[in-house]
Amino acid sequence: MAQIATLHYLVVAAALFIIGTIGVLTRRNVVIILMSIELILNAVNLNLVAFSRLWGLQGQVFAIFVITDAAAEAAVGLGIIIAFFRNKETVNVDEVDLLKW
Amino acid sequence: MFFLDHIWLIPLYPAVGAACMFLFGRKLSKAAVSSVCVGVVVLAFVWACAGVWQYTDYSAANAGKPFEKVLFTWLGTGDNGLSYLMRGGVPTQFHADAGFLLDPLSSIWLLFVTGVGMLIHIYSIGYMGHEGGYYRFFGYLNLFMFSMLTLILGNNYALMFVGWEGVGLCSYLLIGFYFLRHSASTAANKAFIVNRIGDAGFILGMFTIAWYFGSMQYTHINLLARSGQFLIGDPVITTACLLLFVGACGKSAQFPLYVWLPDAMEGPTPVSALIHAATMVTAGVYMVARSNALFVLAPNAMKTVAIIGALTAIFAATIGLAQNDIKRVLAYSTVSQLGYMFLALGVGAFAAGVFHVFTHAFFKALLFLGAGSVIHAMSGQQEMQHMGALHGKIKTTFGTMLIATLAIAGIPGFAGFFSKDAILWEAWSREGGAYRYLWYIAFLTALMTSFYMFRLIYLTFFGKPRMSHEVEHHIHESPKSMTVPLVILAICSVGAGYLGMPHSLGGSNRFEKFLEPVFAKEANVMIEEGRGAQVALGEAQVEHTDPLEYALMFASVGAAVVGWWLAQRAYKKADRGYKEPINEISPRFYKTLFRKWYVDEIYDWIFTGRKQVGGVRLGIMGLGEAAWKFDADVIDGTVNGAGWTTRMTGNLSVLWDKWIIDGLLVNGVAIVTRLASYPVRLVQWGLVQWYALVMVGGLVCFVVYYVVKW
Repeated sequence: MAQIATLHYLVVAAALFIIGTIGVLTRRNVVIILMSIELILNAVNLNLVAFSRLWGLQGQVFAIFVITDAAAEAAVGLGIIIAFFRNKETVNVDEVDLLKW
Repeated sequence: MFFLDHIWLIPLYPAVGAACMFLFGRKLSKAAVSSVCVGVVVLAFVWACAGVWQYTDYSAANAGKPFEKVLFTWLGTGDNGLSYLMRGGVPTQFHADAGFLLDPLSSIWLLFVTGVGMLIHIYSIGYMGHEGGYYRFFGYLNLFMFSMLTLILGNNYALMFVGWEGVGLCSYLLIGFYFLRHSASTAANKAFIVNRIGDAGFILGMFTIAWYFGSMQYTHINLLARSGQFLIGDPVITTACLLLFVGACGKSAQFPLYVWLPDAMEGPTPVSALIHAATMVTAGVYMVARSNALFVLAPNAMKTVAIIGALTAIFAATIGLAQNDIKRVLAYSTVSQLGYMFLALGVGAFAAGVFHVFTHAFFKALLFLGAGSVIHAMSGQQEMQHMGALHGKIKTTFGTMLIATLAIAGIPGFAGFFSKDAILWEAWSREGGAYRYLWYIAFLTALMTSFYMFRLIYLTFFGKPRMSHEVEHHIHESPKSMTVPLVILAICSVGAGYLGMPHSLGGSNRFEKFLEPVFAKEANVMIEEGRGAQVALGEAQVEHTDPLEYALMFASVGAAVVGWWLAQRAYKKADRGYKEPINEISPRFYKTLFRKWYVDEIYDWIFTGRKQVGGVRLGIMGLGEAAWKFDADVIDGTVNGAGWTTRMTGNLSVLWDKWIIDGLLVNGVAIVTRLASYPVRLVQWGLVQWYALVMVGGLVCFVVYYVVKW
């Protein structure tokens, strides 16, 4: 049984990142897209913490910043969704094509 | 020496007459006009006789010097007024006086011009008595006398030219006297214009002389020319002489400028007699004789003069054979006789030429006045075809005209014989065989002269009457004012010849002796130069007579007799529808002679351009037409073309502006942008997730790039 090295953390973070990206790109519901964005952010947090073990505490400090930032961003995102829903009666992203040529 | 000192008054008398006529002639009666105008000419003649008489004393006292009197300076002032550069770059003053010269040459001219002029003025009283414009006629006639006398008496070429132009002007005025007749005014124009061509030559000759000798005065020029400083055959002098001769050709009707003289018969008959027989046409001869010092230095010019004289003589004689108008025959006869005179001057027989001028003046004036008398008797009929059998009816006219015809034919005893014979002898006896040809030409001309003159006499006075009956009833002899001058001229036609009786016939050639001071110096100059050939006057040559002279005399008389015999055979019994012998032999040749060798037509084709030659107009009118076409087609075409070009340029500018500037550059940019936008806007779907995908794609590219690079 191998030791759990940094590599394993990075792989997990990358997997989470990719899942989050695919979610942003393919999901129809706006709320799910927000959740996918949270996934991406959290993957980045994992990456930061993993590297902080090696190179100092800055990584962890920055991770706390990112969590704060994610929270704010989720709040604002939800606010936008609510405002948009008031106008368009839908939460499907492919029906939002007012800027289409 | 009163008359001699005041010789300059002679031209002024007729000038006064002319001035009176022009100022108030219209108000005068015919008698007053006659007395004034004829009176001044009689006065001029008397004065001239007295003046010449006194000159003979003067010249005897002064060793043959000419009498010269300068009245005032006419051109130039003497202090840098009209300075110019003469030969060799020497600055000289141009100087021409109102000066008068009387020497033997001008005395002869003075006498016969005033004498014959006086007789013709008297004759005109009767002839023009029934015509309108009486005062105008005499005014012009007096003006002519004034100009001719100025020409003769001037002491320099410039004053001579004044007279030269004046006689040309009077010729124009008098030929066109019946100006309401189109043919008369055309003939007047022709005379003046052809004269003018000659005058151009004269002026150029004058200028050459002024440049070469620095003076225009005869005495100065003669002094320089005879001083021996010029070589014989000097090219400048030859040029000057040839140019002067061109002037003489125009004035004295030599080939090719003779064409005005036959047409000049449109004028009244006294005009033909005075101007175109006795006086004006001799002006050219006078001028050449006056310039003898120059001509002697230019043998080529003299040869030209002789050849043209001889050719003109025979050419005009051939035309005279076939003319039917009595005045035309006499006109061509005048041209022919003038040819004789120039022939004489050209071979160096100056005295013989002047002698022929002298005798010719009398018998030619007589012939013309006689013809006028005949026309008067025939109520205006001038064609000899319609005359005949007049010798019994107008006896005085017939008798005087017969005398004149005998004179012109050269029958011994009459004036023409002596003068013509002198010319023929001089032509034969010059050294150099080529002169013989000139003798042959002159001989043939003498035969033809005799023939056509006797033809004139026989057709007019003999044969059966060929006129209409009313004319026949009106035939009458002319009044005394016309017949008396005829008789006087007839006496002169006989007597004048004896003045020049040559040594061969036992006389002392007084005419030649009288002219010695003018011409003899030539002989000395030439003999000193060692060339006896083209000597001016062989007065030292002959005191003995060559037997050949008698033979030639006999031959020329024989020619005259043969001419008479042929004429009387053909025309003596001429009835209506008589046949011309030349026409019988060769109708085409007769037609050519009748049509005057088509010279007028040729001039119309080549020089005036009145008739087109194959669709193209040559000559002066052709030049005008060419200039007009050039102006209309080329110049106006260019102007129109410039306008068209401007308009086209405007159109092109419109197109350029509309299609290229507006279309291509302004609108085109917009169109291109719009077209380019079609594919480009396809990128904007409005789908956020597509945008996110593109962003991720870019990110992946960056990552791959850095991984690969590293």
